[in-house]
Amino acid sequence: MSEPVTNESAAPSVTGSAASGDPTPLLQLRAITKSFGAVQALRHVDLDISAGQVTALIGDNGAGKSTLIKVIAGIHEPTSGEKYWLGQKVDTHTPRAAAELGIATVYQDLALCDNLDIVANMYLGYEETRRSVLDEVSMEVHTRQTLADLSVSTIQSVRQLVGSLSGGQRQAIAVARAVMRDAKLVIMDEPTAALGVTQTKNVLDLITTLASRGIAVLVISHNLNDVFAVADRIAVMHLGTLVSSGPAANYDTASAVELITTGTTARAA
Amino acid sequence: MSLDTSTLETEGAPSSRQRLRALVGGDLGLVPVLLALVALVIYFQVRNSVFLSAANVTNLFIQAVIYVFLGMAEVWLLLLGEIDLSLGWVAGMAGSIAAIVTNVQYAWPWWAAFLVALAVSAAIGALWGLFVVRLRLPSFIVTLAGNFIVEGVLLYILDHVFQGGGAPVQEKVLSDLTNGNLTPTWTWVFVVATVAVSGAVALSRERARRRAGLVNAPLYRLVVKLVALAVFGVLLALVFNANRGSFIPIQGMPFAVPLVFGVMVLYSFILARTKFGRYLYAIGGNPEAARRAGIPVDRYRVYAFLLGGLTAGIGGLFYVSRLGGYSSSSTDSTVVLYAVAAAVIGGTSLYGGRGKMTYPVVGGIILAVIINGLVLIQVSATMEFVVTGVVLLAAVTVDSLARRSQTLLK
Repeated sequence: MSEPVTNESAAPSVTGSAASGDPTPLLQLRAITKSFGAVQALRHVDLDISAGQVTALIGDNGAGKSTLIKVIAGIHEPTSGEKYWLGQKVDTHTPRAAAELGIATVYQDLALCDNLDIVANMYLGYEETRRSVLDEVSMEVHTRQTLADLSVSTIQSVRQLVGSLSGGQRQAIAVARAVMRDAKLVIMDEPTAALGVTQTKNVLDLITTLASRGIAVLVISHNLNDVFAVADRIAVMHLGTLVSSGPAANYDTASAVELITTGTTARAA
Repeated sequence: MSLDTSTLETEGAPSSRQRLRALVGGDLGLVPVLLALVALVIYFQVRNSVFLSAANVTNLFIQAVIYVFLGMAEVWLLLLGEIDLSLGWVAGMAGSIAAIVTNVQYAWPWWAAFLVALAVSAAIGALWGLFVVRLRLPSFIVTLAGNFIVEGVLLYILDHVFQGGGAPVQEKVLSDLTNGNLTPTWTWVFVVATVAVSGAVALSRERARRRAGLVNAPLYRLVVKLVALAVFGVLLALVFNANRGSFIPIQGMPFAVPLVFGVMVLYSFILARTKFGRYLYAIGGNPEAARRAGIPVDRYRVYAFLLGGLTAGIGGLFYVSRLGGYSSSSTDSTVVLYAVAAAVIGGTSLYGGRGKMTYPVVGGIILAVIINGLVLIQVSATMEFVVTGVVLLAAVTVDSLARRSQTLLK
C-alpha cells in the first residue's frame, strides 16, 4: 500500500538474529488444541506462515480447517497452545485484536452489502470523514488506487452497487478491503468455490499479487488444481491433526489426495 | 498494472442485461413515480378544473403534510427492514399532548410543549425498538401491540383527563404550523434561496470531484435537475402567491411547506453524508456484514425506532394543527397504513436497504392528490380506499419485482 494508512498494531520489531538470514515466520502456531466439550477439533497443531508466501490449507470436510482459521482470526480461543506474531507471543482472543495485528479474514459469504457501492463497502466501519461528513472524494480516490495496485481491472466504476458485480469481482472487493486496512495476513476461505473459469483465474492472479507484495496468504481450498497453481507451501489436515506440511513442490495430486483421505502417504518426500 | 483486456471486454461492456437492470433495479429513482404523479394531476384537472386552483393546491399540500411526515418516519424503519405500525397513534399522542399543555388551562409556552410532545413520541418509538432488539421479537407484532396500547392510553387521556373528550388548539404557533403563511415576498425569497443553494452545493461537489481527478456524471444531468427544481419552485410560488381567500385576501406559501422541506433536507443529509446514515443502509442491506465491520447493529436499530417515533411526533403536531384540536373521534387506525404507503409508493423497499427521504415526500403528495382528487370528481369516499389500495399494491409489486430481478441477474 502506498498511501499512509495508520498502523497502530503493536507488532514487535524483528529481533536482530531474525533480521539476518532466515526471517522469523509472520505467524507461528505451536501445539494449538481446541476442544468443543468432548470433541477435539484441533490436536497439537504446529504451523508456520511466512510473509510473501501462499500457504494452502487442505483437508476433507470436518478435518478442522475452519476451526483452525477461526483460531487464527480470533473467533475461537484455543484450549491450549501458543500463537507467535513475528516471534512474539500474542493472545488474539477477539476478531478485533486479530484485525489490529493485521490479520484479515475473507469468509465465503464475503460480508458485503449488495445495496451499497464499492467505495462504501471498502470503507464500511472505517469511513473517512471531514468535520463528521463522509469524505466521499478521498474514499473514492483511495479505493481506485487500491484496486489498481492489486491489478483488479474488471471493474467499470467504483460507484457500482456491489450487488451488480460477478462472484469473482465480489471476491476481489473483499480482498481489496482487507489490503486497504494494511493486512499482513489474509485468510481466504474457499475463494474460488462457485466461480467460473475466467473469474477463478482472476482470483488466483489476485492471490499471487498479494504474495508478491509481501502479504502472507492462507487459502483454504478443496480444488487441488487451484492449490497447486498458487501455493508456495501446503499444509494438510486430517481429523484435527496437521498431518503434513512443506513446500508445494514436495507434493503432487496423488500424494495430496492420499494425505487428505488417510492422513498418511508413502509417496511424499 | 497489467490490463487483461479480454476480461474487460467480457465483463466490462454495458450489456443490454445491465441496461435492463438499471431500468428495473431502481436506478431511475423518482422518474417513474413523478410521471405517475403528472398523469394523476392531468386526469383530475381535466375532470374538474378546480383541482389546480390556488386554494385547492394549497389545501392539497397541507393534506399531504401528515402523510409525508409519517412516511419519513417509516423510512427510518423500512431502511432496516423493520416497520412501526403504531406511528399513527404516536402522532396523535404527540399532537394531543401539545394541544393539551398549550391549552388555556395549562398555558405552557409552545416550545416546551413541542419538546415534551416530541420526547414522548421518541421514547415510545425507542421502547418498541428495545423490545425488538432485546427479545428478538418481530417489529410487526411489537408495534401492532403498541398501536393498541398507545390508542387506548390516548383515548383514556382524552376522555377522562380532559372532560368533554377533546383538546382544542388554542395556541398561535401550534395553529400556525398549518394555518399560517409566509408573505409573498418571503415566499419568493425561499424559492430563490433554495434553488441557489442547491446549485451552489451541487457545483462545489462537482468541482471537488474534478480536482481529485474523478469522473463526473455528465453536466447536463445536473443542469436538467436544477432547471426542473427552478421551474417547479417558480410555479409553486406563483400558485401560493395568488389570492385564494374569498372575503379577505389570503396569500403566500404555508409555513408547513418550508418546514417539511427543511426536515427532508436534514434527514437526507444524515442518510447520505454521515456515518450514521451509511450504517443504517449497511444494516438494512446485510446485518451480518455490518456486524463484522464493527457496527453496533442493535443500537442502530433502537436509534431508527427512536427517529421513527420522533418524526411521527412532528407529524402529529401538524396533524393536530390542521384539525384544530384532537378528540377521541379525530383519527382512525388507517393513517399509519397511508404512512407506509407514502414511503413505499415513493420507492422505499420493504425488504430493507433501499430508500430515501425524498420518496415519502413524493409518495405523500401522490396520496393527497388521489384523496383530494377523488373528492373533487365526486367519487364515493369508499372508492378512495380502493384506489389507494391499488396504488399501494402496484408499488409493492414493483418493489418485489425489482428485488427479484436484482437477485436473478447477479
